[in-house]
Parts: sequence; C-alpha cells; structure tokens
Amino acid sequence: MSGFVSPVCALIFAPLLVGIINRTKAVVAGRRGPPLVQPYWDVAKYLQRGVVYGEVTSWLFRLGPVVNLASLAAALLIVPFGGLGAPLNFSGDLIVLAGLLALGRFATVLAALDTGSSFEGMGASREVHFAALAEPTLFLALATLARVTGSFSLTPIYQGFTATVWVHALPAVVLVAMTLLILELVENNRIPVDDPTTHLELTMIHEVMVLDHSGPELAFIHYAAALRLWILGSLLVGLVVPFRSGSFWLEGTAMLLGMAVLAVAIGAIESTMARYQLIRVPQFILGAATLSAVAFIIILV
Amino acid sequence: MVMVFATAILLLLFGGFLAVVLCARSGVSQVAGQVGAISGSALGLVSAIRVLLTGKAEGMSSVWHMPGGSLHFQIDVLSAFFLLPVFGLSILAALYGRSYLADRKGGYALAGSWFHLNMLTVGMALVIAAHDGLLFLLAWEIMALSPFFLVAFDDQKAEVRKAAWIYLSATHLGTAFLLIFFVLLGRLAGTSDFDGYAAALRDNPALSSTMFLLALIGFGSKAGIVPTHVWLPEAHPAAPSHASALMSGAMIKVGIYGVVRTLTFLGAPEPWWGWLLIAIGASSGVLGVLFALAQHDLKRLLAYHSVENIGIILLGIGIGVLGLAEGIRPLAVIGFAAGLLHVLNHSIFKGLLFLGAGAVQRAAHGVELEELGGLLKRMPWTGATFLIGATAIVGLPPLNGFVSEFLLFYASFFAVVQPAVNIAVAGLIVLVVMGLIGGLAAACFAKAFGVVFLGSPRSPEAGEAREVARPMCAAMAILALLCVVFGLAAPTVVSALDRVVAAATGLTIGAARDQLTAVTGPLTIAISVFAVCIVIAASVWAVRSRRLALAAVRTAQVWGCGYPKPTPKMQYTASSFVQPLTTQFHLFVRNREVLVPPEGYFPASASYSSESSDPFLRGLFAPVFRWFDYLSHLEIFQHGLVHGYVLYLVITLVALLIWGSVW
Repeated sequence: MSGFVSPVCALIFAPLLVGIINRTKAVVAGRRGPPLVQPYWDVAKYLQRGVVYGEVTSWLFRLGPVVNLASLAAALLIVPFGGLGAPLNFSGDLIVLAGLLALGRFATVLAALDTGSSFEGMGASREVHFAALAEPTLFLALATLARVTGSFSLTPIYQGFTATVWVHALPAVVLVAMTLLILELVENNRIPVDDPTTHLELTMIHEVMVLDHSGPELAFIHYAAALRLWILGSLLVGLVVPFRSGSFWLEGTAMLLGMAVLAVAIGAIESTMARYQLIRVPQFILGAATLSAVAFIIILV
Repeated sequence: MVMVFATAILLLLFGGFLAVVLCARSGVSQVAGQVGAISGSALGLVSAIRVLLTGKAEGMSSVWHMPGGSLHFQIDVLSAFFLLPVFGLSILAALYGRSYLADRKGGYALAGSWFHLNMLTVGMALVIAAHDGLLFLLAWEIMALSPFFLVAFDDQKAEVRKAAWIYLSATHLGTAFLLIFFVLLGRLAGTSDFDGYAAALRDNPALSSTMFLLALIGFGSKAGIVPTHVWLPEAHPAAPSHASALMSGAMIKVGIYGVVRTLTFLGAPEPWWGWLLIAIGASSGVLGVLFALAQHDLKRLLAYHSVENIGIILLGIGIGVLGLAEGIRPLAVIGFAAGLLHVLNHSIFKGLLFLGAGAVQRAAHGVELEELGGLLKRMPWTGATFLIGATAIVGLPPLNGFVSEFLLFYASFFAVVQPAVNIAVAGLIVLVVMGLIGGLAAACFAKAFGVVFLGSPRSPEAGEAREVARPMCAAMAILALLCVVFGLAAPTVVSALDRVVAAATGLTIGAARDQLTAVTGPLTIAISVFAVCIVIAASVWAVRSRRLALAAVRTAQVWGCGYPKPTPKMQYTASSFVQPLTTQFHLFVRNREVLVPPEGYFPASASYSSESSDPFLRGLFAPVFRWFDYLSHLEIFQHGLVHGYVLYLVITLVALLIWGSVW
C-alpha cells in the first residue's frame, strides 16, 4: 500500500509546487502574489473553457497534450518518493522513466509544429536542442547513483541511500544533486534557462510551444508541467534528504517538506538570477554533465 | 527440407527472368516480376521461420565443378534470423513497387529494375545461406552488383549516375578486404568450408585479431560504418524508394551478419575487439545522426539514420563481445540480444520510413523538405504510418525501437554496476552515447515529420498531394503494425531470441535463456506501465471529448504577434529548426551556404541556400579518387580492337605457361 503514496502525493501536490514558486517570487519582489492554490484554480478554469484551434492544425495538435499528460502520469508508477518506494520497481525502470519523459516531449514538440507558426517552430527547435543535451546528462547522473548503490532500479537506488552510504559517498552525492538541480531547471524551463513569464514570445521556449493551446488541452499541459516538475524534483529531494528511518509518516513528511523547500529554492533562483543568453544554455547543461562525470570518477574505484 | 528454400530462390530468379523476357509488354512483365518476388520471398520466409522454430539447421551440399570451393548451403538459426528481414522486406517492397513505378515509362528499364530487385533478394539470401568461402564471395558479388543497377534506374540524370558509381566503388573497396579475408582463411584451414575455419583459428589469437580487423573493414563498409558510409547518402536518394527500403532495411544488415558470423569462427574474443566495436559504434551512431540533422532531403536524412542505427547495433555487439571476453555472461547475452534485435527492428521501421518517403515523393513530386508541409491531412495513411515509424526509430515507448534500446541500456547499466572499472567505464560510455543519440534522433525526426507532414504546404505540389495507391498504403500499414506488435509483445520476442543469441555467442541455449529471462521480467512490467499509459491517455481523451461537447469549439488563425496575413513561407523551415544544433556541432557538420543578399533601396531579389556535404567524402575519399584518375592513362590498352585483345590473351597464356613450367 505504501507504494501508492508516491503517485498519490504527486497527483495531489504537484500544482502546489508551482504555487509555492510563484508565491516566493512575489514575496521577493515585494508583492503579495496569487494564493498558493491558484494553479489548481487555473487548471479547473481551463477545463471549463471552450477551445480555439489554429486553422492548419490536425488531430496531432489535439492528441499532443493528451499523450504528454498520460506519459508523465504513467511515469509516476516508477518514481520513488525518497525512501518510500514506487508502486512498481524493476531493473531498468530508470530507462522507462527516460523513455516516458522523452515521449511526452516528442508529443508536445510535434503538436507545436502542427500549428505551422514560426513562434511554435522556434520554441520546438530550442526544446529539442536542450533536451538532446539533457538526456545524456540525466543518464550520467543516474549511472553514478546506480554505481553507488549497486542497483539500477529507482526504488532500490533511493532506498539504498541510508545515512552510512550517504556520508560515505557525500562528494558524489553533492555533485549529482547539483546536476539534478540543473536538470530540474532545464527540463522544466525555469530561469536561468527559460522565463515562463516573459512578455515576448521570441524569447520563450516552453511557453511559446504551447501558445496556441486552449481550453481543456491547456489544462492538461499545465497539469503535466506540474507533474514533470514534481518527478524531477523528487529525484533530487530524495537524494538530498537522507532520511531512511523506515517510518512511513516520518519519511513522507520529510520528503514533502523537502519538496516545499525545493520549490522555495527554485523561486529564489528565479528571483535572483537573470535568464541566460540562449547560446549559454548548452554550456550550462554540459556543466551539469561534467559535474556528474566527476562524481562517477570519484566513486569509480 | 531445404527444398523450400531452393524453390524460393528459383521462383525469385524465374520471376526476374520472366520480367526481362516479357519486357515488350510492360504490364505483364511487371506482374511477373512482382509475383515471382512475392511468392518466392514468402516461401523463403516460411523456410527461415521453420528453422527458427525447430532450431535445427538445414543444409545442402553437392559437387561443384569450381576449383577451390564447394556448393555447400546451410541455414542455421543465425542465418534464418538474418533471412527474416531479407524475405520479409522483399515481399513488401514488391507489393509496393508496382504501384510506385506505375507512372514510369520504358518497359526495358522497368523490367530491368524488377530483375535486379529479385536478384538483390537472391544475392542476399545466398550470402546468408552460403557455408563455403568461395560460394559466399560469389553470392556477395551478386548482392553487391544488383543495387548498382537499381540505383542507376534514372540513369539519364547525371547525379544518379554519380551515385551509382560511388556505390560501386565503395562496395568493391569492402569486397577487396573480404577477398583477402577468405583467401587467408582458406589457406589456413586448407578448405573453403565454414566448418573448417573455426578449427584453423583456434589457439591463435594474433591471427584471429588480424582476421577480425579484415572482416570488420570488409563487412563494415557494406553495413555503412563511419567512414565507409559515404555511399549510403548518395545511393539511397537516387534509387527507387522500395529498392532503398530493401537496401537499407536488409542489405546493410548482411554486413552485420558477416561480422557476427566471423565472430563465430574466431574463437574466444579479445577485450579490445569489444572496445573497437564500441568505438566504431559510438562514432557511427553520433556522426550518423549529426549528419542526418543537417540534411533537408528526406531520403538522404533517412540514409544517414541508417548509419546511426548500424552504430547502435555495433554498440550492442561490442558490449556483448566485451562481456564474452571478460567472462561476464549476462553482459554477453544481453548485449548480443540488443544488437540482433535492433537488426530486426531497424529493418521494420527503416523499411517503413523509406516506403513513406517514396509515397511522399510520388504524391508531392519531391522529397526536398523545404518544399513540403501539411501532408498529414492530405495523406492520412502515409502520415500516420510515418509517424509510427518515426516514433519507433527515435526509440520511444511503447514501439519496437524502444525494446532493443532498452536491452542496450540495460546491458550498459549492468556494466556500470560491475566492480571491474573498465567494464563500468564501457557501460558509462555506451549510456552517454545512447542518450545523446536518442536526444538528437528525436530532434531529427521531430524536424522530418514536422516539416513534411505538419503545418501548411510550402509548395503548390505539396498542396495538391493525394494519398497514394492502396498496395503502397498496405505495405506501410503492415510495417507500422509490426512496429506496434514487436513493441507490445516485447517479452515474447526477446525470449524467442535465445537460440539466435546462443548461436552468435557460442553459449548453450540454456545459458542464453537464463540470462534473457532476467530482462524479460522487467520488460513485462515496463509493458504494463505503457499499458497504463495508454489507458490514461484514453481516459484523458474521453474527458476532453466530454468537455468539448459542452463548450464552444472554433478555429482561428494562430497567433502571429498581431500580423494578420501569414503565408506558408513564414513557417519554421527544416534548416532553421536544426540550426542551433548544427551550429553547436559545427566541428562535424559543415554547411556550404550560398547567400545573395538584397541590395539597394528596392531590392529585386535575394536568395539563400545551404547544402550539407559529407566531410568524409570531401576530405577523405575525394583526394584518393582524384589520385586514381591518373590511372585512367591505362585506357590506351582498351582500344576496342579485337585482335589486340586476342594478343593479350596469348601473352597471358604464354606467361602462365612459362610461370607454370619454371616453378
């Protein structure tokens, strides 16, 4: 039963992460900001609305957000929540996770190209560019974790990070955690990679890709984005919070608190950093890959 | 029971000959070629499947009046496995081909194309079934020559003739190494029979290594590894699409067959063979997909993706060889299983994609990406099947491409957690390379599918495109269905590989089966995750439909920053889509750009075009072949005078007589 804590928490609390990030940014900027639950209201509101489709779009434009949401929701089945295991775990489930993340992105990119608009094309082009570099980086990070724990399934990897292992492999853990933080920012199009609140379509990545979606499909996109934020975030928080007491309530609370802290941290990063020039982003991702490569070398022998 | 195979070959040959004999009546001639190909290949498929099911090798040996060789055919499990893509794609290529060629004139050229298509299938089947060095080389030459004529189908075009010549030179470069390989092996073993080869090389690692290198260059150039891949991007765009499908789906796999078969002769492998295979696989994989990104000719793009996928296959085999050499059995079995399964999977989706490219070419009169667009609405079958093929080749779940890449990732992760440092590093390299290839391939096929099938048409021809004929759609639909079936039935498919993997690795069937069950368990759960994903997608779709039934749905122009009159020319193009990536990897991908900038206050015209040329063709092969041009001075010996040629014969005979009597 405890296996289902992880997906249920994700389904319930994922939009809250977005709320916390926005609230943090507002507070830092000296505003009151929207309520923490605003992302939930947004999703509910979009579900009620009608839809406007671009004239040249086909069925693929309608299918894209659905596939994206379904692949991320299915991925919840294999993502552990710290020491609390996922409902399913098997050797190589991290490959399936990478596959599902990639499937969701592929569907979004194709839906964007279906509009025939150069804005969407521009966003899609940037998205696939950064994703192509982020994918090997994710594998580097996961490979390091696999080598530390001697397993290549997510649940045993995260359960294997007991306090002793954690302290023993601390330098590698710190480096991989930095990689995962950067990946969290890159994969979810946060500052310094992409600014979801910029006023100019020309400078966006993810937001411009979904510019022409509306109604329930936009609701799916927003909810899926929250899930993606949650999935990569829980990989990071599960690593940073070495709480393997075996107590269900204690671990669950620690993880939820950790996720909240992560959201505040992302909000703080977004408030204090400027967006990188597009040409700098690949260097940012390659930097993350280097961190994990160094971590792998540290734990190699 | 090898009679079924022999009948299959005879039917293929008969169909081809009949097509040529009847070439005056184009319709009948084509039907003859098509019926011969389909019936012969279907029979051949039956014989291969039977060997795979029973696991018993079928052979035939007879006296042959050829010095130094014997007429020895044998279809064992390994041969039968590689015969699957050959015969399977031959059936579909023939089914597709007649409608594809329907608007072509010229009975002679058409009959020739059917003859050579059937000869290509015959050649490949004989190569795979041959159990004798000399026989193998003869069959190899049949297989190597027929594509030359297939590529040269439109021989009135200069670039097609050039492509055919590049193909012919490249293939013979490889054959030269194979000739040395088989002559050396024959001398060592004292026989040209495959059974004798293994005994001759036992306990002789230095010799085995030499043989391995010769085979890798010879077979690798047919498979299309970097840097001998240069013929692929030239030959595939020039050839008719069904021939491209057969060449890319089946013929380059015969090169892989050669590598795998050679490994069975060579005894215990050295670790550096595995490292070399991984290095070649990694460079072919990454460079293949990078070159593919830069292309804006759909068939050229697909040809470079074949280079990439051959790289993935070699990464699998490399990991497997490393596992064999280091005695890590799971690594050996899963690595080989990944490589071999990818052979089958690649033939399915690459066959599909080339057939799709052919359909686009026929319907929209071109495969230049910047002239296409919006075809999904105009060609629903081609579009949907191409989408399935694209998703499969990128390695996305739940299709077949994901399964073989899952095996390869699995093997790499397995290597990463091994205590031995060198194994872990090998695993990490394969992981990172595969991650990069996967990401770049996704970018490339988002571009290919997006620019061809989505958005609005960029040329009047694309705007008037209509769906192609039923048989062509049927061929593509069958392959698309196979992509789905081989994806969802992954555990069954993988566990059925036990005999083939055992034959390739030299392990017992039981040992191979034990290791494969370690992956089929996880694969079964993975498939159930995908099943959940499909169920969720269906429910979300149902929610959407329910909501939209109540709400207003209308269409409008997409947002253009307030600009009210967008034209198709304003869409993102294929080149602009990949420009950030090609710029980042400019070290490997060089674009030649021709820019005519607008001038004056009222510029009349301006233009920009870019072309990506292969650095290996330009930098490596072109200088070598320029040097060969000097040899053309030898043309004076070819003067066309019959008595001159008789003189050459006499001189040669006398020289041979003297040589024979003196030594």
